Amino acid sequence: MKSGDNALIRMFRVSKQYASKPAIVNITLDIFQNEFVFLSGPSGAGKSTLLKILYLGEDITDGQVLIDGMNLARIPRHRAHMLRRKIGIIFQDYKLIPGKTVYQNIALVLEAKGLGQRFIQKKVHSVLRTVGMEDRKKSFPLSLSGGEQQKIAIARAMVGEPKIILADEPTGSLDVDAAENVFNLLTAYHKHGATILFATHDKDLIRNTKHRVIFLDHGRVQF
Amino acid sequence: MITLFVKKALQDISDNRFLNAITVVTIGLSILIISSFSLFFINTNALLNSWKQGIRVLVYLKSDASDANRLDLRYQLQQLEDIQDLTFVSKETALDKLKNQMRNQSALLENLKKNPLPDAFEIRIADASRELNAVAALAEKIKTFQQVAEVEYGQHFIARFSHIINIFKFVGYALGGLFFVATLFIIANTIRLVLYSRREEIEIMRLVGATDRFITAPFYIEGLLLSALGATLGVIGLFIAYQLIISKFQTSLSLASLEVQFLTLIQVLIIIVTSMLVGLLGCFLSLKQFLKN
Repeated sequence: MKSGDNALIRMFRVSKQYASKPAIVNITLDIFQNEFVFLSGPSGAGKSTLLKILYLGEDITDGQVLIDGMNLARIPRHRAHMLRRKIGIIFQDYKLIPGKTVYQNIALVLEAKGLGQRFIQKKVHSVLRTVGMEDRKKSFPLSLSGGEQQKIAIARAMVGEPKIILADEPTGSLDVDAAENVFNLLTAYHKHGATILFATHDKDLIRNTKHRVIFLDHGRVQF
Repeated sequence: MITLFVKKALQDISDNRFLNAITVVTIGLSILIISSFSLFFINTNALLNSWKQGIRVLVYLKSDASDANRLDLRYQLQQLEDIQDLTFVSKETALDKLKNQMRNQSALLENLKKNPLPDAFEIRIADASRELNAVAALAEKIKTFQQVAEVEYGQHFIARFSHIINIFKFVGYALGGLFFVATLFIIANTIRLVLYSRREEIEIMRLVGATDRFITAPFYIEGLLLSALGATLGVIGLFIAYQLIISKFQTSLSLASLEVQFLTLIQVLIIIVTSMLVGLLGCFLSLKQFLKN
């Protein structure tokens, strides 16, 4: 059993309440460096809420969250970018900017860090090659299929070389082949040393791997 | 990074051409009105100052004043601090001057049996004392001298003119204040509309680690550019109007020896920079609210 002191993500008695409805209830868990963890459960179980808490998309009502040694409660709102630059986020609805090309969507991550254009070009082309979408760099997101858009979203999540990837139902809108492609890309990135937290209710996907599964129901971890 | 922000700002302006065109034209009209008032004040102040430069106080002696009285009065006047120059104008000299000025109506003066004009001292005021109040105070003092019948310095006309200028000034300031507020809200509203239309994009930018500065800088640049463009348009409009008016009324202005100047380059730059500062403030108001949410 790994010691909690080595955990990259630590949640201690975390709760989140919306008005009178509890979304997350008293969750304590650790996720370690280079782990690939599934976060599973039915719709409304609290998977998305838990991920949002981890990237400061939501505040917690109670408890403590530490990511790479940073106590999230101590990060002021205007410094949230410091945490988010360590995390790559993938959404079920891709969240690509429709008015920007594939290249521009990915480059945005590095531009926001103030990096030079030559470096950005090199990195974006590299990550596009990795996801197999280099020939579509001038395309706009709406001209791509769901699977292609999700590949771009993965490329955007990876381009900043974050330690952690949070994937919120990334295969939820995709067909079987596209879902498999997405999963393979994340597995490949995981092999490079990243920590992946993959929220899904796809039981087949979970069944076919040996990764740890955290099962949520009604906001609580089920054992 | 500044280059990137400028590029984004220009892209935004291009993406919202219609909205931004309306903003620029509206600011231009505001600037046109405010700078028209400014131009009016500048020229009327210049006119007032040139009149003040040439201001003469005429001290009319009593009809029964003797030579000794005249010398006494001269001595008294010379003691006054505000006087730069003092010239005696005899009644004979005054009549000759009048005949000269009224050459076309000389017949009126030919039949005069007696010179109706009094002896007078013409006083040129020192520079430091040319304000209307100072001249009025000097005139009141001179009136108390024994041999003085009357003191004239064009007080009624200048006072009336100054009063009218002050009214225009007050109206100008009030309008200027209103247009300042209007321009502020126009810019704030334009930025707010752009922010609203791009709220999803901004949310994504935040999620990928963009700072508030990275997000807001292009908007500030956009606000500055729109204000500068609007102000430049307003000043160009004013110049065109100025040229049209000058060319139409050139003859009248020449006859009246009036010279109407346009704004100097420094004044134009002040107008444009002020407009840009107002634009910046408008952006700040919108962005502050947006970031809070």
